[in-house]
Amino acid sequence: MNEQNIRGLIEEVREGKLARRDFMTKMVSLGLAAPFAGHLLLNAGIAQAQTPSTFKPTKRGGGGALKVLWWQGATLLNPHFATGTKDQDGCRIFYEPLASWDKDGNLIPNLAAEIPSAANGGLSKDGKTVIWKLKRGVTWHDGKPFTSADVVFNWEYASDPATAAVSIGSYKDMKVEATDSHTVKITFNKVTPFWAIPFVGGAQGSIIPKHLFEAYKGAKSRESPNNLKPVGTGPFKFVDFTPGDMVRGTINTAYHEANKPFFDSVEMKGGGDSVSAARAVLQTGEYDFAWNLQVEDEILLKLEAGGKGKVVVIPSGDIEFIQCNFTDPNIEIDGERSSIKTKHPVLTDPSVRQALSLLVDRASVQKFIYGRAGIATADFINNPPRLRSTANKPEFNVDKAIAVLEAGGWKKGGDGIREKGGKKLKFVFQTSVNQPRQKTQAIIKQACQKAGIELELKAITAAVFFSSDVGNPDTYTKLYSDLQMYTTTMNAPDAEIFMNQYVSWEFATKANKWQGRNSTRWSNPDYDALYKAAQGELDPVKRASMYIKMNDMVVQDHAVVPVVSRPRARGANLKLRFSESGWDSDFWALQDWHREA
Amino acid sequence: MTLSGTYVLRRVLIALPSLLGISLVLFTVLALAPGDPFGDIVSNPNIPAEVAANLRIKFGMDDPVMVRYFRWLFAMLHGDWGFSFASRIDVDTLILQRLPTTLLVVGSSQILALLIALPVGVYAATRPYSLFDQIANTLTFIGFSLPTFFTGLMLILVFSIQLDWLPFVYRSDITSTGWHFYWDHFKQTIMPVMVLALFQAASWTRYVRSAALDVVKLDYVTTARSKGLKERVVVLKHVVRNAMIPVVTLVALQVPAIFGGAIVTEQIFRVPGIGSLLISAILANDTPVIMAVTFVFSCLVISFNLLADILYAWLDPRIALG
Repeated sequence: MNEQNIRGLIEEVREGKLARRDFMTKMVSLGLAAPFAGHLLLNAGIAQAQTPSTFKPTKRGGGGALKVLWWQGATLLNPHFATGTKDQDGCRIFYEPLASWDKDGNLIPNLAAEIPSAANGGLSKDGKTVIWKLKRGVTWHDGKPFTSADVVFNWEYASDPATAAVSIGSYKDMKVEATDSHTVKITFNKVTPFWAIPFVGGAQGSIIPKHLFEAYKGAKSRESPNNLKPVGTGPFKFVDFTPGDMVRGTINTAYHEANKPFFDSVEMKGGGDSVSAARAVLQTGEYDFAWNLQVEDEILLKLEAGGKGKVVVIPSGDIEFIQCNFTDPNIEIDGERSSIKTKHPVLTDPSVRQALSLLVDRASVQKFIYGRAGIATADFINNPPRLRSTANKPEFNVDKAIAVLEAGGWKKGGDGIREKGGKKLKFVFQTSVNQPRQKTQAIIKQACQKAGIELELKAITAAVFFSSDVGNPDTYTKLYSDLQMYTTTMNAPDAEIFMNQYVSWEFATKANKWQGRNSTRWSNPDYDALYKAAQGELDPVKRASMYIKMNDMVVQDHAVVPVVSRPRARGANLKLRFSESGWDSDFWALQDWHREA
Repeated sequence: MTLSGTYVLRRVLIALPSLLGISLVLFTVLALAPGDPFGDIVSNPNIPAEVAANLRIKFGMDDPVMVRYFRWLFAMLHGDWGFSFASRIDVDTLILQRLPTTLLVVGSSQILALLIALPVGVYAATRPYSLFDQIANTLTFIGFSLPTFFTGLMLILVFSIQLDWLPFVYRSDITSTGWHFYWDHFKQTIMPVMVLALFQAASWTRYVRSAALDVVKLDYVTTARSKGLKERVVVLKHVVRNAMIPVVTLVALQVPAIFGGAIVTEQIFRVPGIGSLLISAILANDTPVIMAVTFVFSCLVISFNLLADILYAWLDPRIALG
């Protein structure tokens, strides 16, 4: 689908010919993340659909205890220090952002009175300012009023490097000021098409109270007693916290949404392992909800037969994919292998990469290994749907791969391995130690063997593979092998940060301690130019089509071979009602959670 | 010979350099091990690289290993156990939060193990190769051949899933009140305590049996019997008393484990004890917590070793320490 088509569809929505929901479905099926699709309509001046509230209870409280299981417990409760989702989710019980992302990628207001748009004057034409109107009558758990001063303070707090907040990335390069007690104006230093980062989303958008943290801005940030005793605006008030084990909250009877929440208390228990967490929710019903069930689907299906709970699969942008190394991992230049001064002797040949892509049996990987938790795909951007390309289909075809190799001049040698000019099709294929990954490696190796490509499989313990250890040759950013496979995560319903993995200024090199995000070291001047253009493109439709084009450039050149997109699996009691979202914390709408009788 | 003050002093003086050595080895190994407490931050594209760099400076992680080691050592000497990277709070707070649960679970399992091992071991020794002895022997072999992760999962399968009697997720803060509170606590403690107790009891029963068996054959026991003393008196006053000497040492050596927690069992039942703290600290590369837990544990091991030696000499005056 090209820009023109998308524009046509938006017009149809505007004129009422096309239901908003259908537009979203269409865009999502195109590979656009839902949030992105929602954004398209929003920027075109079409109001967001009010997600019909699923909240049934007619009075506050009375729901008893909500018991949730996180197999990694929260370790701290200040959203500005929360790195892992476990910590971000723990914080989100008590703190709220201005707005959150629902599963379709719409912004839903929490502490904001409305979502900024061009129509309500919240978004400026030059793409540099955003004006947020705050909800009135909101109080902190200690009774103090919530005002714009709190919002401004969060920017000051997080953007101060001395605070060492992990949220600093969301708050630097901008100025935030209060224009009155309930209006906040954000001025970005440069044109910012995706403006919904500061103060948005459970990850790092949550707002902490100025009156309690004011004295602990900067170097003293770690001394604040409230780092462990949150005082927020959320549906639950803090009771107690044991790092790594238990977070407890009790109902906030002064919560700013009428009749909410339903539950009288919430308990977030940490620790243990994924399988027994699934068991406690699906089979015995001891708990109501379990986070991140990294369990083989076969086992989940068995546990679901227990009849107490079900697995909820939430679409996300995360993708398990194979990277081809464009540099030579076997030559060392100035103390680094896979140096950008070298060229891979074999993988730089497009016919070899195309053959590899044809030899990955994604359908079997989905069917026999990941089940519901891995959907076969040929795209790098899979969600939100508005960013998904329609041009690529997964294909597994050994004969075609052989034909491609033959055409490329790769002939079978005496040992059955293809070669050309003395260079053999032998690759080292690395990944982390993880059962599904080793099984996938085996499936690919088998197919490659049939086509005359030999793969040497290598599995590296996850603690090393995913570390940033400069001294270790086996980290994924170094890519000191020919091929590697892992999952890269997409943290926002926007592809700007996600797609910087292919720009030439992000090469992972010794000079940047391999912190650059482009570890394939693939590059293309057209891609670079397109990426830069998208960064300044305010028209969301154009921007979406640009990212789709970038996706196509990468996968059609087979710089990477996408394998499966990885939705997130959660376990929930059959009677529990909640709204999931792949773009925000699991607790993004905790105030709406309830139990059906 | 009586216990000399010089002996105790000498042992304490030897203990100090060994503790220093242990701490140095621990620290160096942790420093050399792969992994980075801020790995999450570094690999997250939304967080600029300076954040991790700032944090490393703030926590002094870019200094040479020796500088960091001495800084840690001096802080430890002042009673400052360090600051957790992951939780951003003091390590001693973290440990003290976990200690009561571990003491309760592991402590009661050790007591239960003793309560099983003593009577079974002694009774089996007084009737060697009887049917009771054979059965007890078989069970102890099974007991210490089965790893705790296996028995733990078995118990969960039977009592939580098949019978649905007991919960398998341990909660340190139970909200119910009154006798319900104690009942809930009891219910959730049964399985982890049983798993640990059965394993420990199995090996202790073997020790008690063989210790008692050694004594039963001695002349003074025969004398006591021929004096016409009741069997009960012979066993309790003459056999058990003397057979207990090596057992007391064994139990003393086991005490540090009560503080160290049980890593595997705590993980299976989600018991928030020291063991699960240690394992999550290792997974998060939270060096200060790993250092504090392992170092405190080695202090306990060394001091209880010393205590066991002293107890031994005190219980059995024939043993000379000097």
